[in-house]
Amino acid sequence: MAEIKNYTMNFGPQHPAAHGVLRLVLELDGEVIRRADPHIGLLHRATEKLAENKTFIQSVPYMDRLDYVSMMANEHAYVMAIEKLLQLEVPLRAQYIRVMFDEITRILNHLLWLGAHALDVGAMTVFLYAFREREDLMDCYEAVSGARLHAAYYRPGGVYRDLPDRMPQYQPSKIHNDKQTRLRNQNREGSLLDFIEDFTNRFPVYVDEYETLLTDNRIWKQRLVDIGIVTPERAKALGFTGPMLRGSGVEWDLRKKQPYEVYDQMDFDIPVGVNGDCYDRYLVRMEEFRQSNRIIKQCIAWLRDNPGPVITDNHKIAPPSRVGMKQNMEEMIHHFKLFTEGFHVPPGEAYVAIEHPKGEFGIYLVSDGANKPYRLKIRAPGFAHLAGLDEMTRGHMIADLVAVIGTQDIVFGEIDR
Amino acid sequence: MSITQQELTSSLQSILSDKVVSLNEQYGEITIIVRPEDILGVSQVLRDHPKLSFELLIDLCGVDYLTYGDDEASFKDSLDNKRFAAVYHLLSVKHNCRLRVKAFADNDEFPVIDSVIDIWPSVNWFEREAFDLFGIVFSGHPDLRRILTDYGFIGNPFRKDFPISGHLEMRYDPDQKRVIYQPVSIEPREITPRIIREEHYGGAE
Repeated sequence: MAEIKNYTMNFGPQHPAAHGVLRLVLELDGEVIRRADPHIGLLHRATEKLAENKTFIQSVPYMDRLDYVSMMANEHAYVMAIEKLLQLEVPLRAQYIRVMFDEITRILNHLLWLGAHALDVGAMTVFLYAFREREDLMDCYEAVSGARLHAAYYRPGGVYRDLPDRMPQYQPSKIHNDKQTRLRNQNREGSLLDFIEDFTNRFPVYVDEYETLLTDNRIWKQRLVDIGIVTPERAKALGFTGPMLRGSGVEWDLRKKQPYEVYDQMDFDIPVGVNGDCYDRYLVRMEEFRQSNRIIKQCIAWLRDNPGPVITDNHKIAPPSRVGMKQNMEEMIHHFKLFTEGFHVPPGEAYVAIEHPKGEFGIYLVSDGANKPYRLKIRAPGFAHLAGLDEMTRGHMIADLVAVIGTQDIVFGEIDR
Repeated sequence: MSITQQELTSSLQSILSDKVVSLNEQYGEITIIVRPEDILGVSQVLRDHPKLSFELLIDLCGVDYLTYGDDEASFKDSLDNKRFAAVYHLLSVKHNCRLRVKAFADNDEFPVIDSVIDIWPSVNWFEREAFDLFGIVFSGHPDLRRILTDYGFIGNPFRKDFPISGHLEMRYDPDQKRVIYQPVSIEPREITPRIIREEHYGGAE
């Protein structure tokens, strides 16, 4: 009989299931994976080095491009790190807006994860549904910041501007006549908050729809149950955070355990898994949809009743209003200094972590008192998760590898930085 | 069960005693500095001692202090003039607290720090990253390869003396009909200079 040897196979970087530019060198024994060696760095842009050469405000848009499916969450950690070093108070309304948009971002991220994960495993329909809802949430991003993806909405000291009173509306076109346009604009008559509220009322039904498609689906369960099991001890040893850790049954959520902004005012639950397999992590994330929806509702109720400033009035950090700038010498000087030299951050170091949709996203900021960071380190959750891929896939089939990549919610913007 | 910063500080002082070179608290974050030769022993205690139990290593990052606070000499003295540091961020799920551990490498030319991969397996890629970007060698790491930079990359790009535009650029050469490497042709420029203002500059508080 012929001698059978292990052989190596390249997976990616151009592969639809590789979620971007993942190159895997797999050592296979037949179809069983003996070793998986991810080669990363194909999207490395040296964000941290670039940030060392830019003023503090100039780096905010770079944060969007890290994890490019949960943009505002990245900004949040970065501006919080600056605020910690400056010991800056953020207006309460800005904190509620941030929490609301963090949760919108979590839904956005999980929708893309769900769609891509299901598509990898072979269910096409969910992907289309997920993108329908993403469209609405993208419109919220656009209404508030002017950009659908890379918002640059959170600024040190608050958020860029208050929520708009009007939601942008569709115009009649060759494809949509007047009657259809009126229908499409039905939930866009009021303010942005009305639009988001309408969404939160619809959304639980959508989540039910996804669950009908997947949760008890025989094929879905065959592909996910008992795949990529991680025990709680191993999950901690491998540095897993977020849904990856909660899926293994560790009750750990920074929003509850080390609350930032106004999360301590919110009423929500942390879902945890039992077996630590892909299916449990799927269930955890599905429940997070519902919990995020709950948080958004609470934020909307508060935001409706409590108008106020959304950015600090310390003009050494945040720019003055346009009107003030045109009429007042002092404010004009502030504006000029802020956008040329930027503000100075006192020497010191701070680490700020937030509960990013993917796990713990941290910013470690070292300042030496200059107008630029001395060192900025981005702690991306996906980096630690992907490092655990080898251990999670050993002994599994190639098809299971795809499910594990899906369950890890890999996005290369943050892993390669 | 969570413990307060004071409890953590006192238990760190009593358990680690002379292993801690310095301990300070800033913005509610505790930083301890340890000697590089002690890092393995300290890590073992930090993970296994029931009063500490930092079972999660969140992050390891390299820092190059070459130009830190260039205008003000006072900063430099506090760092013993050492250039490279590895900064560990630890998290205890049990006690709900965080800790930052710093180890400065003794030799600036060839910085070496012991690898803690046997204590926290999650450090694997973080150490590879610090090795790749800063050239810090983690002795005892089983697979210390470059991770983020290109195959065949030369140099350590995040060191402060590495220019932001790099040394080499890559382009397709139509004459040779292949991709070639050549010295960078772009002039480095700085739009906003890096400035450290003296205290109370312009009457600021």
